[in-house]
Amino acid sequence: MSTPTTSAPRGGVLRRARELAPEFAVGLRVTLVIAAATTIGKLVVPIAVQQTIDTGLLAAGGPDVSRVVTVCAIAAVVVLITTVTAWVVNVRLFRSTEAGLASLRVRAFRHVHDLAVLTQSGERRGALVSRVTSDVDTISTFLQTGMLVLVLSLGQVLLATAVMFFYSWQLALVVVGCFVPLVLIRNRLQRPVATAYALVRVRMGELLGAVSETVVGADVIRAHAASARSWRAVDAAVEAHRKQAVKAQVATASTFSAGVVVSGLVVALVVVVGTLLGIGGDLTLGRLLAFLFLAQLWVGPVQATTEVLNELQNALAGWRRVVELIDTPVVVPEPAGDRVEALPAGPVDVRVEDVAYTYPGTEKVVLADVALHLPAGSRTAVVGETGSGKTTLARLVTRLVDPAAGRVLLNGVDARDLPGRELHRRVVAVPQEGFLFDVSVGDNVRRGRPGSTDADVRGAFDELGLTGWLDGLPEGLDTPVGQRGERLSAGERQLVALARAHLADPDLLVLDEATSSVDPATEVRLQRALEGVLSGRTSVAIAHRLSTAEAADTVVVVDAGRVVEVGSAVELAHAGGPYSRLHAAWTAQHA
Amino acid sequence: MSGTFLTGMRTMARGAREEPRLFGIAIAGSAVYGAGTAASGYLVGRVTDRVVVPAVTGSGTVSTGDVWLAGATLMAVTVVTVAGILVRRIWAGMVAFALQASYRRRLARRYLELPLAWHHAHPAGRLLATAGSDVEATWQAMFVLPFALGVVVLIAVAGVAMAAADPVLATIGLLVIPALLLANIVYQRRMSPRVTRVQQLRGEVSATAHESFEGALVVKTLGLADEEVERFTVDANRLRDANVAAGRTRGAFEPVIDALPALGTLAVLCVGASRAAGGAVGVGDLVQIAYLLGLLAFPVRSFGWVLSELPRTVAGDARVQAVLRESATTPWGGRTFDDAPDAGPVPVATSGLGYRHPVPAVDPLDEHPDLPGQRARTAAPQHEPTPALADVTLDVAAGSTVAVVGSTGAGKSTLAGMLVRLVDPTSGEVVLDGVDVRELAEGQVAGTATLVPQSTFVFDDTVRGNIALGLDADDIPAGRRVSDDDIWRALRLARAEDFVTALPGGLDELVGERGSTLSGGQRQRLALARALVRKPRLLVLDDATSALDPTVERAVLDGLAESGEGTTVVVVAYRPATIALADEVVHLERGRVVDRGPAEEVAARDAGYRELVTAYARAAADRAEEAHNNKAGMA
Repeated sequence: MSTPTTSAPRGGVLRRARELAPEFAVGLRVTLVIAAATTIGKLVVPIAVQQTIDTGLLAAGGPDVSRVVTVCAIAAVVVLITTVTAWVVNVRLFRSTEAGLASLRVRAFRHVHDLAVLTQSGERRGALVSRVTSDVDTISTFLQTGMLVLVLSLGQVLLATAVMFFYSWQLALVVVGCFVPLVLIRNRLQRPVATAYALVRVRMGELLGAVSETVVGADVIRAHAASARSWRAVDAAVEAHRKQAVKAQVATASTFSAGVVVSGLVVALVVVVGTLLGIGGDLTLGRLLAFLFLAQLWVGPVQATTEVLNELQNALAGWRRVVELIDTPVVVPEPAGDRVEALPAGPVDVRVEDVAYTYPGTEKVVLADVALHLPAGSRTAVVGETGSGKTTLARLVTRLVDPAAGRVLLNGVDARDLPGRELHRRVVAVPQEGFLFDVSVGDNVRRGRPGSTDADVRGAFDELGLTGWLDGLPEGLDTPVGQRGERLSAGERQLVALARAHLADPDLLVLDEATSSVDPATEVRLQRALEGVLSGRTSVAIAHRLSTAEAADTVVVVDAGRVVEVGSAVELAHAGGPYSRLHAAWTAQHA
Repeated sequence: MSGTFLTGMRTMARGAREEPRLFGIAIAGSAVYGAGTAASGYLVGRVTDRVVVPAVTGSGTVSTGDVWLAGATLMAVTVVTVAGILVRRIWAGMVAFALQASYRRRLARRYLELPLAWHHAHPAGRLLATAGSDVEATWQAMFVLPFALGVVVLIAVAGVAMAAADPVLATIGLLVIPALLLANIVYQRRMSPRVTRVQQLRGEVSATAHESFEGALVVKTLGLADEEVERFTVDANRLRDANVAAGRTRGAFEPVIDALPALGTLAVLCVGASRAAGGAVGVGDLVQIAYLLGLLAFPVRSFGWVLSELPRTVAGDARVQAVLRESATTPWGGRTFDDAPDAGPVPVATSGLGYRHPVPAVDPLDEHPDLPGQRARTAAPQHEPTPALADVTLDVAAGSTVAVVGSTGAGKSTLAGMLVRLVDPTSGEVVLDGVDVRELAEGQVAGTATLVPQSTFVFDDTVRGNIALGLDADDIPAGRRVSDDDIWRALRLARAEDFVTALPGGLDELVGERGSTLSGGQRQRLALARALVRKPRLLVLDDATSALDPTVERAVLDGLAESGEGTTVVVVAYRPATIALADEVVHLERGRVVDRGPAEEVAARDAGYRELVTAYARAAADRAEEAHNNKAGMA
């Protein structure tokens, strides 16, 4: 990463690299010293050419072959030594940078889990995955292939230039005069290339989006015979990507050619100017011919760095994205040192005090003026229309989000003062989409309480009255659930998620429509079983079906972000308010 | 290795055949580049001999004009060479991108044609990666292949130029080329398994991250972040070690490949000096050979690049071809319904219907003989052992409504999909209006019967696009083309009119991935409208109202009942209100029909059905009784 042009923002990026992953800097000084020494190897051939001609072939007393042999032998030894040191430099760099990248990856990964649930949801997930995968891989690829070229190139160019000036300052000025303008305009040449590639990536995203619809939406496309529409969309996206990619290729090729033109020009000018200088007696033949080889030491770096700078751009962009992720402030932060409190033992008493919630960065009020008290050991159901703010209430109570105003007290302690790990071990939420990991049913449940035995896991199913379902599985606890649990039905996934939450043995359990996909008979049985296992704990159920509400001690009705009714199901059913209306519709369907 | 080489080169040859014109231009450009580069080395030698040496040593007379002419000649060769490079690079890119585009189009076509059973056996992420990164990997070697072929020309011309200067020195110099080639081959051999391992571990890191982020809510709610970080750290560290191992090999290669031409040049100087002392060669010859060696060092690497890309070509192509060559198809018949589209409801019947889910497909790379580190597996069974459906026989009269009821995992969705031929049964048949659906021509089933699936999919398109799904295109015959009025009517029926009207863009509002996000209930209503706009003669609803609030669901179902005279309806449902709309219920358990008949009759004789359907009512009754008893007890 030691680029020759360490500008201010780039310096910031480098400093941040060291802060985030100190492994990057381990042994870096020694590595750079060895690298500097290694570049001497590159000067061997031009100097040998000059010596062979000036002090060997054109020696004052006629050709001196033994001197040439000595020169070449020494040169060969230098080449061999620098070959080994170059290998040492490479390995040292790979070791420190890969160690740094691995710890950066893990840092970024942890940060994603620390971020609020809101930022993780939906379409951003793919982007987050690429932060810890392809973005870091881009940096790794650059470090493995490009960085050394940059470091060695710099040394090579400096040394070659020094030797050139020693041989002939006039000719050296010609060479430098050709390459320096190229280096200076290279940034300008590079800009359209970078823009073109940025567009290629956008087109690629659109292409993948179009193709993903043919895969993820296959059922719908088939059911509606809509494949013509889909392949038209794919064809358009594929063609747009191809066109843009060719454009980018033309831009790169043009930039590259500029370098080749200049190197050709340098060779021609060295021959012309060198010969004219030689005629005047200002330059020996050996030095002049050595220039042809010295100039090549500029060509390589100038050409290679044009390509390497492309990769550097990508690597820096990847780096910036990773650092941005790590520097994204956590919306639900861990309590600072002096504020950390412990959650008093026993079932949790929940107090919601004048809480309001607004989506971050928007004006949209999701909840306002919510004040509730859920005594320890009570069972509460929250009902309301889709979009009324039910789920947000559940998220506030489990501290997946923090209120914009007011506070949530768990056993009298502000939820913001509780360390996340302890809080989430004792306060467990079961979301509607009970995500399962690609392991067996048993191992999924075991995640509820790491280290528990098969007997514990089976016990959890048993207490929920699900032994029958478990025994019906082809391999029982060992049945693999597939990616995202897709080998199970939506309802079956919810059963596993419930067993997992139950095994976690929480003091406050929040069920967010956790049985919405389960069939009625099973749901009713589960409800009964839950009543048993929940005794002595506090529970909150976000209810989709009113059957859940009827089982609760208290029903909270949420409408348009406000709590509009609180009371027992029986009272509210006859109160003539919003709950009465919901109740009437429900009864009409299930009577 | 040789297997990978030959297989990879065959793929490249196929690409060249598919884009002969572009490939030919790229090769021609590259040949110009190769010849031009060698010519510049030759010229440097000749100019040294005829201009530089006589002028500088004073051994001959050289005019200033001669000097400038020499420079101009060198520059002219450079210009030709650069033109070759431009053509080579641009057209090589055009070949590669054209092939990528063509294979992506073919893959997408295939995805759209392949039966859903095949889709269900292949993870979506894998299929997406095939169209994305696998296609890219397949044709990556195409970017360097023309270069490598031009280098062959370069070596040939340079060899001749060296031999012309001095055969002895040329022999010494040319020994560098096999040495470079050997270094490249040894490097690729040692590198290939290491690169494969890095790729594999990158995949694992990605899979772990993807799964962990997808389950982030669960990770958070169970306080599992530390365990997840630990799991990821193991993966990240393994990848780090693999990268360092690859770096150790790569780190040796670069210095060696730099050292070989340098050592060759030194040998040429050494031997050349004694031959020059004896008068056998001139300074110009010496310079010519040394200079040409310097020119060759970099381009010879292109062989290494091609070699290093070929394993990726083979791996990528294996996955691509696995899809393109997939023999599974939906065999369409030739029969058509000749009635008008709004010809009224159709009857549907099934007899002896059986189905087993396909087992998840194996990654084609796991079975590929040419790829290192893979072992062939024994043939996996095609289907899961337990049937999802067995011997399901049904008869749904035209215009009637049938409710399919059953517990979680009973096979209801499988049956629903089969009625509209999303999947074909492993045994038995589905008969739509007296015709086995497999005998119907493509588009006939979808034109007659429509399914609203349980999970709704919203396309990255406008509301209009999501509902019409192409039926609003100009090439659709007027009778079947969907107008905005039709769309609004369908939205009204699906109780989606209000929320669509409220969207800033109305029908033109972008929804889906990059547009405004819809709630689960809104998505379901959109999916309902999508089905209704097609005026299906058979409508299959697979629990398609589950995300709607009770009141909304009621309204949608009432709307359907009022306008549904022209439709046969099969509805997967639990709610008594939904079932009440049905003329008949079918009770499905573990893939078999347990009972069927009018709702009251089934309820009377089938205890399992009663338990399912009246569960809530009974729970409420029990609760009321308990409450009553408690009160009585307290009193």
